[in-house]
Amino acid sequence: MNETFHLDAVPIRLKGCGKTYDGGVCALEPLDLAIAGGETLVFLGPSGCGKTTTLRIIAGLESPDPGGRVYFGEDDVTDLPIERRNVGMVFQSYALFPNMTVIDNVAYGLRVRGVARAQRIARADEMLAMMHIADLAGRRIDQLSGGQRQRVALARALVVRPRVLLLDEPLTALDAKLRDTLRLEIDRLLRELGITAIYVTHDQAEAMALGDRIVVMSKGRVAQVGTPREIYHRPANSFVADFVGIMNRLPAEARDGMLAIGRELLPWSGPEGHVEVLVRPEDVIMGTGDGHLDARVAAAVFLGDRTRVLAETADGRSVTVDTPGRTDLVRGAAVSLSFDPARLLTLPR
Amino acid sequence: MAKRGISFWAQLAFTLLVCALLVVPVVLSMLAGVTVNYFVGIKSGLTLRWVEEVWRLYAETIWLSMRIAFACLACTLLLGVPAAYVLARRTGAVARAIEELLVMPVAVPGLATSLALIVTYGGFGDFRRSWVFILVGHVLFTLPFMVRSVLAVLHSIDFATLEEGAASLGAGFLQRFFHVVLPNCLSGILAGSLMVLTLSMGEFNLTWLLHTPLTKTLPVGLADSYASMRLEIGSAYTLVFFLMIIPSLIVLQILANRKRA
Amino acid sequence: MSLPPPNASALADSQFRPLQRQGTGWGWGQLTLGRDPLVLTAMMAPAAVVFGAFFLLPMLRLFLIGGSGAEGWGAYASIITNPRHLESLVSTVLLSAGVTLVTLVVSTVAGLFLVRNRFPGRSLLNAMLTFPLAFPGVVIGFMVIMLAGRQGLIGDLTFKLAGSKLVFAYSMAGLFLGYVYFSIPRVILTIMASAEKLDPRLEEAARSLGARPWQVVGHVILPALKPAFLSAGAVCFATAMGAFGTAFTLATRIDVLPMTIYTEFTLAANIAMAAALSFVLGAVTWAALAVARSFAGTSVAAAG
Repeated sequence: MNETFHLDAVPIRLKGCGKTYDGGVCALEPLDLAIAGGETLVFLGPSGCGKTTTLRIIAGLESPDPGGRVYFGEDDVTDLPIERRNVGMVFQSYALFPNMTVIDNVAYGLRVRGVARAQRIARADEMLAMMHIADLAGRRIDQLSGGQRQRVALARALVVRPRVLLLDEPLTALDAKLRDTLRLEIDRLLRELGITAIYVTHDQAEAMALGDRIVVMSKGRVAQVGTPREIYHRPANSFVADFVGIMNRLPAEARDGMLAIGRELLPWSGPEGHVEVLVRPEDVIMGTGDGHLDARVAAAVFLGDRTRVLAETADGRSVTVDTPGRTDLVRGAAVSLSFDPARLLTLPR
Repeated sequence: MAKRGISFWAQLAFTLLVCALLVVPVVLSMLAGVTVNYFVGIKSGLTLRWVEEVWRLYAETIWLSMRIAFACLACTLLLGVPAAYVLARRTGAVARAIEELLVMPVAVPGLATSLALIVTYGGFGDFRRSWVFILVGHVLFTLPFMVRSVLAVLHSIDFATLEEGAASLGAGFLQRFFHVVLPNCLSGILAGSLMVLTLSMGEFNLTWLLHTPLTKTLPVGLADSYASMRLEIGSAYTLVFFLMIIPSLIVLQILANRKRA
Repeated sequence: MSLPPPNASALADSQFRPLQRQGTGWGWGQLTLGRDPLVLTAMMAPAAVVFGAFFLLPMLRLFLIGGSGAEGWGAYASIITNPRHLESLVSTVLLSAGVTLVTLVVSTVAGLFLVRNRFPGRSLLNAMLTFPLAFPGVVIGFMVIMLAGRQGLIGDLTFKLAGSKLVFAYSMAGLFLGYVYFSIPRVILTIMASAEKLDPRLEEAARSLGARPWQVVGHVILPALKPAFLSAGAVCFATAMGAFGTAFTLATRIDVLPMTIYTEFTLAANIAMAAALSFVLGAVTWAALAVARSFAGTSVAAAG
């Protein structure tokens, strides 16, 4: 791989960018965001949450409502359409031109910039080699598999040395195994290139794997911004807690620095009074002996690397527990759940 | 379920009968055009004499029809392709209305359209007498076919995302249109072109009222020959007409099959 | 692998900084993605101008002239008030309705057969049935003469079989045959296209519930094709109403509305009456096609 192919790390700033469509539909509430140069930022959320709208505003395909501004480094690009922002964009459907071969697709950005044919073909070849698809140069788009198209789309976006790389759910159209492989490749590529990258997805595994920081969105608003660990272990609100992974919720009583849960009292440094305690399935310790809370197995699903157990407590509450793969638990078996107070969360009021 | 029961054979027979109804007259008339004497039948021998007669009498009409057809093609390409793009881009009520309007010259009988043209522009002598008068009618009639053909292709490809892709690479509007949009519409443009050529060559309803003795097209000549010439000449003339449009009909058929496959 | 620091020299690499380069090759300035209403209007303008000048305007004039003749605006009612015109209208409507019915039946039987069965030669039959699509009315009139005229094939056959020649080209029957001739390709194409899109699972469900083949056809397939029937039928009706070339070639005693209009214009030189009648005819065919489009979305050509 060409060690010197390196791209600018341009910081991006959004100030008060909102988007309302004709008819009063508010797709995005005004948003302030600072993205560091070279960072990979992932927008995560369900459909309709505004993540794609934000991406398109950064790209220049949509303009923000009056008052919103977009900065690439020191340049205010708000009034520039996408053709003049020098971005690299990978679309969900790849948007590869069916009337051109792979090499012509990749070289298109250079062609539009007036680069001579010999030179742009050479640069495109280099880029294809870097993506390990040099042998596809003369193929037509309909002859390519999903993974190959994705790589061509990336090559095309990168060959023009964009200031920022924008990826709109690039892996959604692929099957699971391919997605895993390509995710790793994209991750490695983004780090090697050092480019600022904005990635949109609804798949939280992707978000966690790729993002330096994640912006979780819901209904046009930002729910939380943080690193993957922060999002996962310290969700800021109910939505984030439930959207990213599974979260168990248990009612408990806290008083005088102790938390009463089940029949046990645990040392507690959190809020007092009636609290709703949140705990991740993998943080629940399940055994057969004396634990904090008794329960019965209602269902046990073997998922390969782990078993997901749905346990029901005496007062009818469901607790999802993930235990490592090899267990033989049957419906109706009695189990005992224990908790590490360090792994218990509460949501801010 | 490949049981070939009686119903299969009955339907097959029926379908063959219908095909015969459609094809036999075509074959007959083509044959009559090269028969020495149709009344006697094929026993009288084959000849190209009638075809030569046709050429002697009606060569002008053939040239004029071709000239008009290709001019019509040029006009519909220039007018119709951009119009189709606009209609694919904007899908609101206005676009719906424009599509409805464009189809009107096809919905309304050619008689009405040509009458309207005559009462409005009949006074402009030079225009009225030139072949451009006929061309106008043909363009009105064939434009919706070109537009519809290109529009169909545009609807089937996600050209909006392709344009966004090209724009993200820095392409301006004209570059996007000529590098990305048009090349991907070629199948629609081709099908539309063949349709326009074929329809223009065969157009009669409009042309009959719009023509003058000096601007006779092929179908006008055909009507003339059916009325006043012997059957063999009419047949030979029809034969010439078929030879001109059948190739493009075949290509259209192939294109349609390929799309369905 | 550690991340190397950002390459400072890349910032100075002006070869790839198009922001300094003005225009993108065509000198037109930067236009947003075709959302720019000016661009779109400019692209639509030529077609709009041609259409406005050569169709809308003339149609308006035709309408006005229709009311400017000896009978004034009464000319528009003459389709009902004048017995000859009324008769012409009625015979045209009956003819068109009859043609539509026969064509629908014939096309359904043949079309469904072709779509639902695979056998060698199928695509050939297919081609033969859709091929006369672009034949002009005049030529079809000629075909009718070849089949049913004085020297026609049918005449010869009946002469050999029954001793007398059956000649019907120049009557309503001949016209009927001609209209069916040019209607079959259009209608059959629409029906076949619709039949191909039918969900085979509906049929399978019916069969799994015990329905016999004719019941499947009658209860599942034909009802599912209803929109196609309505749309193709409306197109067929409209085309038959407005057809001129065929009637012109077969001429003599037939008095369909287009021919009436034609004689008013050329023989009686009654431009206003011709204008009014043709306007009414145009409105009827346009309305019929609008009905068709509402059932189908797109419509097949009306020509001939």
